[in-house]
Amino acid sequence: MTILLMPHIEVCDVSLVYDTPSGRVSAVEQVSFNIEASEFLCIVGPSGCGKSTLLNLIAGFLVPSDGQIRIAGEAVRGHGLDRGVVFQDFAQLFPWRTALGNVCFGLEMKGIAKPQRQDIARRQLALVKLEKFAHSYPHHLSGGMQQRVAIARALAYNPAVLLMDEPFAALDAMTREELGFELLRIWDTDKKTVIFVTHNITEAILLADRVVAMTPRPGRIARIIDIALARPRTIEMEFSTAFKSYSDQIREVIYHGASRA
Amino acid sequence: MSIESSIGTLAQDDEAAELKQSTLKAIIGATMTLVGLVLLWEMLVRQFQVPSWLLPAPSLIWQSMLEWRSELVEHSLVTLYETLMGYALAIAISVPLAVAVVYSPLLQNTIYPILLALQSMPKVAIAPLLALWIGFGALPKIVVVFLVCFFPIIVATTSGLTAVPTSLMDLIRSLSASQLQTFVKIRFPTAMPHIFVGLKIAITFAVIGAVIGEFVGSENGLGYLILISTSQSRTPLAFGALVLLTVMSIVLYYAVALIERIAVPWAPRN
Repeated sequence: MTILLMPHIEVCDVSLVYDTPSGRVSAVEQVSFNIEASEFLCIVGPSGCGKSTLLNLIAGFLVPSDGQIRIAGEAVRGHGLDRGVVFQDFAQLFPWRTALGNVCFGLEMKGIAKPQRQDIARRQLALVKLEKFAHSYPHHLSGGMQQRVAIARALAYNPAVLLMDEPFAALDAMTREELGFELLRIWDTDKKTVIFVTHNITEAILLADRVVAMTPRPGRIARIIDIALARPRTIEMEFSTAFKSYSDQIREVIYHGASRA
Repeated sequence: MSIESSIGTLAQDDEAAELKQSTLKAIIGATMTLVGLVLLWEMLVRQFQVPSWLLPAPSLIWQSMLEWRSELVEHSLVTLYETLMGYALAIAISVPLAVAVVYSPLLQNTIYPILLALQSMPKVAIAPLLALWIGFGALPKIVVVFLVCFFPIIVATTSGLTAVPTSLMDLIRSLSASQLQTFVKIRFPTAMPHIFVGLKIAITFAVIGAVIGEFVGSENGLGYLILISTSQSRTPLAFGALVLLTVMSIVLYYAVALIERIAVPWAPRN
């Protein structure tokens, strides 16, 4: 039972150094934080602050030069089916598969029988409100719908952790907002642990339980801010004084560094 | 959401209708232009009384095509056979070779330069050698067709197999897929539209390859027919064979395009 008491994901002193022709570049430097089970964590920061790199480290796509990442007590060694990933670009869907086929993919790799996986995939598509588009190919879907498919696909094989790398960054502002609330609604039903990378401060505050603010060169955590806004979150909260004070805090940290915050 | 979805379908329907209309317009336009040119040709030949051995009128070409139809059909079938066999051989060898090249840097460094050198050699110059080595049957023609077809296919397949977006690669890695699964489920489908670009280019070369082979030494085929009829000043018949070669090439091209539509239903249409 002790397993329930410890954090779901532990990032301990993780650093990543790239060797480039112009010398060694520190992408992420001595980053440490914990994520509780079912927590919605946003990582925010300007481009080049290492937020996507950090996500790729947790996903297991990259190996830290130093430090360790543990998920449910186990050290991360490469990628695994316990983590579902949603990327920013629309190219992440298989153009040769329908929406349903895309969602089925992870289940297929997991070796689940066809009728069963189609059943699960249909349910996932219904969850992202795309059941009518099960047989549409990605090029017939709007950008927002494609990202919905990507989310349904990542959730389909029921990973404990959902990793999202600026999933709504390529969408227009309105679709982006709509999908944000949609994501919160889905998260509320299954309470996965979510790590969501974004450069949009408003989006981060609106979604997260906690916001990790990072600063670039080298990529470091400047501050971790608890967002004590009530759930379910609403669009009106954006205009509250509490929201503005969070936003100011994060901006201060990101633009002026941790020392002055 | 319901608004978004209905807009989605509407846009799809509109697009489809628009596409149909523009295709129809294109077909009518092309046909009219062709008919106009043929009529102009007919008029000019009659007006200036050009001798038929120099430039026959379209009507005369049509007449001689009817007159020689059984021979034309027979020789067309020979050329078609050589074309298709050479083309199939090119696919059968190029695609697996491209896969090997993509997976092996060693092969990429050794075979690719050789392929490039082969491609740079004029096929017209190789054809007589082929006749010398393998005689005058269908085989040397098939080899020439193969030689002109394999390069576009292998280049297109290689570039297609390496065109997988990084996010797809990361995704499949996150699902712990094996090399084989990655190939079957990601790389090959990604390459499909690219492969068809190569296949479409290759098919237009294929017929030319067969004719080159027939020019060098043969006893049948449309290329042989052209050679014989021009030497006997039966220019209308040569033109008839030329018409059939063109038609064959166009029909084969659209056949490949049709197969592409069936095999790659996700590819954007143009």
